[in-house]
Amino acid sequence: MSPEPTLAAPRRPLEGSRAVAETVVRCRPQVVPAYPISPQTHIVEGVGALVRGGELEHCEFVTVESEFGAMSLCIGASAAGARTYTATSSQGLLFMAEALYNASGLGLPIVMTVANRALGAPINIWNDQSDSLSQRDSGWIQLYARDNQAACDLHPIAFRLAEELSVPVMVCMDGFVLTHAVEPLGVPGQEIVDRYLPPYAPCQVLDPAAPLSIGAMVGPEAFTEVRYLAHHRIETALQRFPELARRYAKLVGRPAEDLARGYRLEDARTVVVAMGSVLGTLEDVVDEARGRGLAVGAVELTCFRPFPAAKLRELLVDAEHVVVLERALSVGSGGILTAELAAAGVGTHARITTVIAGLGGRPVTAKALRKLIADATARRLPPLDFLDLDHDLLRRVHTRENGR
Amino acid sequence: MSATKVKFYQVGSFAVGNRLLPSSARSNQSDAHRADSIVSGHRACQGCGELLGARYVLDTAMRAAEGKLVVVNATGCLEVTTTPFPQSAWRVPWLHSLFGNAPAVASGVAAALRAQGRTDVRVLGQAGDGGTVDIGLGCLSGMFERGDDVLFVCYDNEAYMNTGVQRSGATPPAARTATTPVAPGHPGNEFGHGKDVPAIAMAHRIPYVATASVADLRDLEAKVERAMGLHGPRYLHVLVPCPLGWGAPGSQTVRLARLATESGLFPLIEATDGELAASTPIRRRVPVEEYLRAQGRYAHLFGEPGRPDIVARIQRIADRNIRVYGLEPAS
Repeated sequence: MSPEPTLAAPRRPLEGSRAVAETVVRCRPQVVPAYPISPQTHIVEGVGALVRGGELEHCEFVTVESEFGAMSLCIGASAAGARTYTATSSQGLLFMAEALYNASGLGLPIVMTVANRALGAPINIWNDQSDSLSQRDSGWIQLYARDNQAACDLHPIAFRLAEELSVPVMVCMDGFVLTHAVEPLGVPGQEIVDRYLPPYAPCQVLDPAAPLSIGAMVGPEAFTEVRYLAHHRIETALQRFPELARRYAKLVGRPAEDLARGYRLEDARTVVVAMGSVLGTLEDVVDEARGRGLAVGAVELTCFRPFPAAKLRELLVDAEHVVVLERALSVGSGGILTAELAAAGVGTHARITTVIAGLGGRPVTAKALRKLIADATARRLPPLDFLDLDHDLLRRVHTRENGR
Repeated sequence: MSATKVKFYQVGSFAVGNRLLPSSARSNQSDAHRADSIVSGHRACQGCGELLGARYVLDTAMRAAEGKLVVVNATGCLEVTTTPFPQSAWRVPWLHSLFGNAPAVASGVAAALRAQGRTDVRVLGQAGDGGTVDIGLGCLSGMFERGDDVLFVCYDNEAYMNTGVQRSGATPPAARTATTPVAPGHPGNEFGHGKDVPAIAMAHRIPYVATASVADLRDLEAKVERAMGLHGPRYLHVLVPCPLGWGAPGSQTVRLARLATESGLFPLIEATDGELAASTPIRRRVPVEEYLRAQGRYAHLFGEPGRPDIVARIQRIADRNIRVYGLEPAS
């Protein structure tokens, strides 16, 4: 039976967090540990309310004592054969860090939403992507949503991908910018999700009928091989994610998500690469620049882990200048995504520079991006730039420090 | 055939030999059909109290659960010695995640089983004292407070033995460890009374809390049986001497555990719903000195000139336990 377009639920005004919560519930998770942290809280509140309201049967919504407890509960539940979901942000993600590596090492297909937020000190509850990017080596697949519709749609795909590969998946969405924005959104209907996402069939499980020891100690004789296999397994997502995304897109009647996507790349000499919600503003500014005759394009990176090196090389093959717009800073090094792109061989024929933008919730405005593109096309960008830096404030700090 | 005088009980332990009991009253461990949850070939030290305790705990829990048990293990000796890849000494479904999260992982297993309608499968979490009283305490408290259906067992050998005998929150006063070395003005571990996790567990008013020891394995089995007969969070704290960390030959493990209770330093108690329900009176009371002298970790208290003042303070801890828990030797 081919899916009818009517199966795609009509769009209705929803907060991003609420839409994600509704989508997650349609994915029928069986265990959801919950711990509050801004700006993620509305998501677990939403899931909890839907479970209590009887929208999802056979689901254990467990309020835990910490994010470390939340991820640990996910580990136990997933190893016991349950589809498992949680959500967090920022410090909460760091508090989970030890358990994140453990979950991926044990091959547990947990799905987690990360409502991206800055890391302290200084404490800051607003958006950037320092939190999830700090966990880039944790062995989790990382998907970044450009808008709330993508944030919703990435979740059924994430569950499907996680369970097919036995690898956990983070769906990252910009905190506040997306989580707290209300807009018309299409939550996939139960019938669509059920058709797309079969019940979880774990490849190994804690079962008294067939006892297994899970989590043994592995020494130097096999540890490298364990890691090698993990690397090759997560890399299969480079084929599976686009395929699963296409299949999902067909069901909901929306354009398919991809590893990375080009925007107006035809003859583009300057290309801005970015992840997350900044893409909307960026594409508007690219349109304006094109209107003024500037050869500018953009690349949206959705799948950060595994890193789609070949896809990015292909998209950026003709670029003369790659500007990497980064919502995180590796202090003492620079742009995280820039380093990944350079390592992937992007920029062997092009100049590649970094612009750090939107840290700790500073808005990335169209005005600032217009100036950025003007500077880039005029070759005025330094290797590492900071968007909208308050130079007066910095001068005052320098003066005070030098005066000591 | 010349007549041999049959002892009704073992000298010292007062334990009745299984062969003298009807089969229904014999220990679970003496049953040929016991689960053998942990099999030989593991790499624990000779005389390890923890492996001895774990074997009795798990085989009894397996019997109570009719073989349907899932075990979650914290990092520590019990994990390292039993699962060097590609070997495993476990014949139960067994999951090791991290050092500090075993109670939360066990909660997760319990939640998954509930969601799947598997009410027949029981969950047991276990850790050493480091994994329980220190790094895992937050998760343990959360598990208690939520009322999750998990039996959590702490095998307490009173220090971080797996990493080479460092002080934990359960290390008793004056004990020498690698991080509380004896030095002028520093007689071993700081003087306190250790973290009393059975009392902390009782403060959560969970259905069942008990202490036990590898000196009385039949009592340990009985407490596991009682715990498994209940649902909700249950806590069992088992004293398991460590030959390496305590500085005593492996042959002394059971004797030291017995002296710990006979001196009053490790009371055997049971509590239900947060209230003390029973305590085991001491049969043959001994001064703490008899217990302390037998261990290298207290050797500095008995050299020349020795520290009789510290021994006296430890004796006062034992006296208090005897008073508070009603451990007076039965007349």
